[in-house]
Amino acid sequence: MASQDITPVGRDSAKASLLYDPKFRGYIFQAVTVLVIAGLVYWIVNNTIANLQRANLASGFGFLDGRAGFDISSSPYLSYTSDSTFIKALAVGILNTLTVAVVGIITATIIGFIIGIGRLSHNWLIRKLCTVYVEVFRNIPPLLVIFFWYLGVLSVLPQARESIKLPFSTFLNNRGLFFPAPVFGEGSWLIGAGLIAGIIGTFFVRRWAYKRQMATGQQFPVGLTAFGLIVGLPLLALIIRGFPVSFDYPVLGAFNLRGGTLIGPEFMSLYLALSFYTASFIAEIVRAGIRGVGKGQSEASHALGLRAGPTTRLVVVPQAMRIIIPPLTSQYLNLTKNSSLAVAIGYPDLVAVGGTILNQTGRSIEVVAIWMVVYLSVSLLTSVFMNWVNAKMALVER
Amino acid sequence: MDNNLSFVRTEMLQGQTPPLGERGIVRWMRTNLFATPLDTALTLLAILALAWFLPGIINWLFVNAVWSGPDRSVCSTVAQGGIQPEGWSGACWAYVNANFNQFMYGPYPVDQHWRVNLVAIIFVLLLVPLLIPKAPYKVLNAVVFFFIFPIVAFILLVGGWFGLPYVETSSWGGLLVTLTLSFVGIAVSLPLGIVLALGRRSKMPVIKMLCVIFIETIRGIPLITVLFMASYMLPLFLPPGVSFDRFLRALIGVALFASAYMAEVVRGGLQAIPKGQYEGADSLGLGYWQKTGLIVLPQALKLVIPGIVNTFIGLFKDTSLVTVISMFDLLGTVKQHFSDANWISPQTPISGLIFAGFVFWIFCFGMSRYSIFMESRLDTGHKR
Repeated sequence: MASQDITPVGRDSAKASLLYDPKFRGYIFQAVTVLVIAGLVYWIVNNTIANLQRANLASGFGFLDGRAGFDISSSPYLSYTSDSTFIKALAVGILNTLTVAVVGIITATIIGFIIGIGRLSHNWLIRKLCTVYVEVFRNIPPLLVIFFWYLGVLSVLPQARESIKLPFSTFLNNRGLFFPAPVFGEGSWLIGAGLIAGIIGTFFVRRWAYKRQMATGQQFPVGLTAFGLIVGLPLLALIIRGFPVSFDYPVLGAFNLRGGTLIGPEFMSLYLALSFYTASFIAEIVRAGIRGVGKGQSEASHALGLRAGPTTRLVVVPQAMRIIIPPLTSQYLNLTKNSSLAVAIGYPDLVAVGGTILNQTGRSIEVVAIWMVVYLSVSLLTSVFMNWVNAKMALVER
Repeated sequence: MDNNLSFVRTEMLQGQTPPLGERGIVRWMRTNLFATPLDTALTLLAILALAWFLPGIINWLFVNAVWSGPDRSVCSTVAQGGIQPEGWSGACWAYVNANFNQFMYGPYPVDQHWRVNLVAIIFVLLLVPLLIPKAPYKVLNAVVFFFIFPIVAFILLVGGWFGLPYVETSSWGGLLVTLTLSFVGIAVSLPLGIVLALGRRSKMPVIKMLCVIFIETIRGIPLITVLFMASYMLPLFLPPGVSFDRFLRALIGVALFASAYMAEVVRGGLQAIPKGQYEGADSLGLGYWQKTGLIVLPQALKLVIPGIVNTFIGLFKDTSLVTVISMFDLLGTVKQHFSDANWISPQTPISGLIFAGFVFWIFCFGMSRYSIFMESRLDTGHKR
């Protein structure tokens, strides 16, 4: 492209040259594109206004203050009734989307790393089992996995009366998973304070240990100290206050379970399906990342006298993370977007709630606009955060 | 002199076979299953897990499964109103068997099924030689496959000409819908994606901006949103009275969605082409389209074949989402028949879903294997 900018000089070619001048042609082409797009937008807006008038539909976001008038099956954070506003309904939807996305991302990462490392194992059986997992879940639509859990497994579980008993007074039946809910008595705040103090303490210990290692070369058992601080301090608080935490156990009644906390089958199937499905992709990313670190790196590390454990922890993994993080980000975003499949099984996420509003009020443009804004901002925030992580991990060259 | 005297051994001993622990299956097991204590523990755990689950799964899938039967009674226990003994549990393939035609064609008129079959046969006959690298007449084959076949398929499937009764798309269903959506989606999204990728790398700011906005917006939102847009908002955008076929609307949504992802894959390939290739083409006096079509794209597309096939696989899987806007593809049809009163039983949903999953899996796995094969064939050793 660079060398085509020369305009021939000369009187005869002046007229012809304008036609053959790539720059001029570029301007013309762009002008035509702008005109066509503007015309199209004008046409669409005109048609939309005409259609809305014909169907007697109002437009604008004012309707959001109105009474929603529908129920939402799961609203763990906000108290929502059918008398609440549309805005509140949407907020419940957004929170539900974020909940399933965050929990799913954590689980998918754990499963994915285990399976991905398993695919590189020297153990033939483990390697093959992990390969089977990846090849099965990668090649099946996520919606099918969701239906599998929802229609195939969870909805054919026994009735509440014949609940499956699991350890720790947990019950599983076709209404979901019931488990004991902790009830925090008086003075429980100290436990939370202990946990936070433990995390902050770990942070400082880590910084001090790093400085000391840089200065003296001596290592400090940071991992053990962190474990002691994060688990020990809350435990200490628990003992000091005389165990203020009790549990509300689910009890089998005549027809249903009473007490405890319930995770509905919609959330469970969406969460399980998204985790298992995305884990297969994360496993492939992890495998590619670890394989991407040259063999010379681990050989050099062995030559320096590091054993297998420290080699993996200090040499291979930090370099592999650089390869892993960018595609991992897009998998996290995919999981968040795939959580919109909730609409197929009736878990009230953003799309399901929006779809209900759309059907009730007919405000398709506004609802779709809200969806786009929310998903685009979630995508943007995730990429910003992961870019920050990536920058921290990136190779610092001298 | 005694010439026979020799201080060097002239006859060699027979080589001995390695000890038992160092050859054959024992050695293989020692290095691959029981190399370290941890490996041994993992192997034993895996074997235990397999021994725990596998017999049950095989029993459920094959041994206890019901392969044919008239209605739900064969798949239900006595307590559920069927004929199976108490505690029985097995796959209900009879349900799949009885509804197989529905799963393949949906509500397509039964006496017209031969049209779908004919299209499928032509499709396979054209596709297979296209996929075999050694088969001759590649160009002719490709032209027929991508330009003539769609027209023939359209005439055959929709009908209304040549005495074929008209079949509207609302009575299509099952695998027919899945494959049609995927084929058209693939055929549209690849060229559109290439155009968008070229636009994104264009020097013209307006073109570049439009492409970036389109690609990033589509990639940032879920497909369901795009499908909702296509089914609820598209009718608003058109002049009053003009209406769109619902199938076509879903098709537009799927194709646009896939083309944004395709554009990013192709862009990756374009970026990997070294600058010298562009400059070499410029110095030969090639124009933009010659340079792109003859020098850059052939190399770029070859580099990103795995990514392109992955996008195809993603598109194929994504077609299942049209269930949400109440169209009935394979998954939708299977799910729709769960509520068929003839076949309601606790084993029906899971059997149907496993069948649908198996069909999806065959197609996706085949595509991914073919891409690995093509990748190794096209690898000219110029990788840097």
